Amino acid sequence: MNRFAALLDRLAYEPRRLGKLALLENYFRETPDPDRGWALAAMTGALTFKNAKAGLIRNLAAERTDPVLFGLSYDFVGDLAETVALMWPVNETRANAELTITDVVEALQTMPKAELPARVAEWLDRLDENGRWAALKLITGALRIGVSARLARTALARLGGKEPDEIENVWHADAPPYPHLFAWLEGRGEAPSVSTTVRFYPPMLSHPIEPEEFAPLDPADFVAEWKWDGIRVQAAAGKGADGKRVARLYSRTGEDTSGAFPDLVAAFDFDAVLDGELLIKRGAGVQDFNTLQQRLNRKSVTSKLMAEFPAFIRVYDLLALGDEDLRSLPLSERRAKLEAFVAAHPLAPIDLSPMIPFATWVDLTYARANPADAGAGVDAEAVEGVMIKRRDAPYLAGRPKGYWFKWKRDPMVIDAVLMYAQRGSGKRSSFYSDYTFGVWTEAGELTPVGKAYFGFTDEELIELDRFVRNNTENRFGPVREVTHTKTKGLVLEVAFEGLQRSTRHKSGVAMRFPRISRIRWDKRPSDADTLEALEKLLRRAPAQL
Amino acid sequence: MQPAQILQPRPEGIYCPKADLYIDPTRPVPRALITHGHSDHARAGHGAVLATPETLAIMRSRYGAEFANSTQALRYGERLDINGVTFSLHSAGHVLGSAQALAECGGTRVVASGDYKRQSDPTCAPFEVVPCDVFISEATFALPVFTHPTAEHEIRKLLGSVAMFPERAHVVGAYALGKAQRVMAELRRCGWDKPIYVHGALVALTELYKAHGVELGDIRPVETAPKSFYAGAIILGTPSALQTPWVRRFPDPVTCFASGWMRIRARARQRGVELPIVLSDHADWPDLQRTILDTGAGEIWITHGEADALAHWCESQGLRAKALHLVGYGDEENEPSAAA
Repeated sequence: MNRFAALLDRLAYEPRRLGKLALLENYFRETPDPDRGWALAAMTGALTFKNAKAGLIRNLAAERTDPVLFGLSYDFVGDLAETVALMWPVNETRANAELTITDVVEALQTMPKAELPARVAEWLDRLDENGRWAALKLITGALRIGVSARLARTALARLGGKEPDEIENVWHADAPPYPHLFAWLEGRGEAPSVSTTVRFYPPMLSHPIEPEEFAPLDPADFVAEWKWDGIRVQAAAGKGADGKRVARLYSRTGEDTSGAFPDLVAAFDFDAVLDGELLIKRGAGVQDFNTLQQRLNRKSVTSKLMAEFPAFIRVYDLLALGDEDLRSLPLSERRAKLEAFVAAHPLAPIDLSPMIPFATWVDLTYARANPADAGAGVDAEAVEGVMIKRRDAPYLAGRPKGYWFKWKRDPMVIDAVLMYAQRGSGKRSSFYSDYTFGVWTEAGELTPVGKAYFGFTDEELIELDRFVRNNTENRFGPVREVTHTKTKGLVLEVAFEGLQRSTRHKSGVAMRFPRISRIRWDKRPSDADTLEALEKLLRRAPAQL
Repeated sequence: MQPAQILQPRPEGIYCPKADLYIDPTRPVPRALITHGHSDHARAGHGAVLATPETLAIMRSRYGAEFANSTQALRYGERLDINGVTFSLHSAGHVLGSAQALAECGGTRVVASGDYKRQSDPTCAPFEVVPCDVFISEATFALPVFTHPTAEHEIRKLLGSVAMFPERAHVVGAYALGKAQRVMAELRRCGWDKPIYVHGALVALTELYKAHGVELGDIRPVETAPKSFYAGAIILGTPSALQTPWVRRFPDPVTCFASGWMRIRARARQRGVELPIVLSDHADWPDLQRTILDTGAGEIWITHGEADALAHWCESQGLRAKALHLVGYGDEENEPSAAA
């Protein structure tokens, strides 16, 4: 555990990408199998333990520490693994060396549930503070050390003198602790064999664009599509290396999410890799992200859930057809093949993302402002802007300049009053950074309409935190009620992407993606918006079924 | 005599009605007793100020000679009677000149301890245990997650990094009053005998410490020089200076920060700190408990910080505890720009 704990510790404090890569590369070079493979799996999110979950850690903490003090500490630190690592009561510390990451991972994978708590407690007694933190991080899963799966794979590429895309190509052909992958990287074996069809291609991403940037661009060189407010996915299906049929659904980062959408994956009746947006279709049209989230947030995928939230993929690119990699073709040619493909697979859970016809940027500006009238029709609720793509663009991994642009819809904005605050977690740990805000009712009272925990700068966070601490009226556990009268309090400008009726909120409305866009130190609470004004915005948005 | 007749919490600070005097008031008042020179406790603009000679010197250095209409110095252990209440100041071990205020009347003793620590500190007098009936305590680090390692352990970590990256400069953020000088003195204790370079904002208070007989060795202001001049050097700056282009004059600087908050990873990462140095001028969780028990007080008032946790612990020990939730303290540690 020593080496892994030291690696996590140093990564957590290393701000530079190159510094992180060097740390990772050294670790992979100097650490034997299978330790390094388990570490790689932990950092790329490939490890899950059926029996060892955060609840196990909470229970152990409850047994060994004062529950009130644990609660206050967790609220302050904002990270379960770190809280327990720091406050675990130990008298003397023994060296970490005897316990390896492999010992820990194998025990977590194989141990019966009933025996786990005693074993984990025994580890925590044996490990030093850093070792405890690393071991607990393995269990909670979220490492929060600023290392993406992509970065870890880039470090592997450096270890083996390969290109990052070469790693992506073989990534799904080996499984933790990746013995074949490391053997190949170190020149001791063949590349893990991967099916040509059923694989993940690093996605092509877009750059945001502002109206003033359109002038030099010729509309004739571009096509436009709706930007759908779902989840970017890749659907891959075909024959595997062993000749059997394989179907996979990959997330944008290449995680295999097939398990969450068995209904979808079972219906992949094609040999191809498609790029598109995962959406929910119900009643008249495509649902907005709020509805999609209700399917995502469930632990188990029941048939009721699948029937209630039927998923499909609205496809916009064809990356591979059979054994043929199409990515070097221009978009116009891929699009033609994609349209033929969709027409030829009427039973697959896919449909075609339509093009937005436009001749000038003014046409497109109108379409972006009025998706329902410009072709999106009943699906307008799920539109969050437009995508603009060069006709001659090949499909390139990453975020190449000049090919794909996203032009999001303007957010809605209201002035609201800060009512309650809570401490955040992760980057915002120990600051009052989660804000509940409200607007005025007809009766002249504030009613909470939403919660936001980002949008502000680090400096603004310090100011907001101080405001909360200096203007606390009441404490309800971890929640602080902040002064909010007509004359005293803080006005926050809140931006959000959409609004819908909600029975779960007292105010009757729910915001989509709210964030603090500005702190209005200059305004008085009585200047903030009213619920009536918010309801007018609701009428502006398309009707919700 | 009821303790509340001697000292009582008010929005402006702890108040003594008999002496008409506030301790560390957060707003201008006619008569103030100041426990120590940090800007959240020692503010300018009061009428009369009572404090240790060192604290008065620090306030003069920070705010100019006119920071109050009149001042009166009280040395550690000296007693002063004000309208039937006897005041005396006792070392708090926090920074140079820091004091606990003991107010005694009719046999009842109330101690307002300001900010304090128990760890050894070569730059100030050690904490003195003052037996009392009511102990008024801070609670900056009053959570079980805060156990501070020794200063030596943390300074060795810094020196280890300096040895590992001899071509880089180590720039250490430290509060201008107390922390910066403590880092210097601890570096000397650990054998670092090269010059220590300081940001201009640290010069005045460092000179003041030296004038009070604190040995800090060769301290030099940062001057314009080629980057390579600072390779392998240790440079101290205010926390806010570390967020400015000032750091770009040093070769590939390793950003360090000396504070008790560095115990929490997210706090270090929020500031972009690469080398956290857990060095605090406040008592950690075990030392807060030890101190409360050492005073023998049966009642604990808690001014600021994690008051709920400390009050909970006190009650578990059979001590009466009251969280005062005073507003306006703790900002010197939390807020870099407050440190002049």
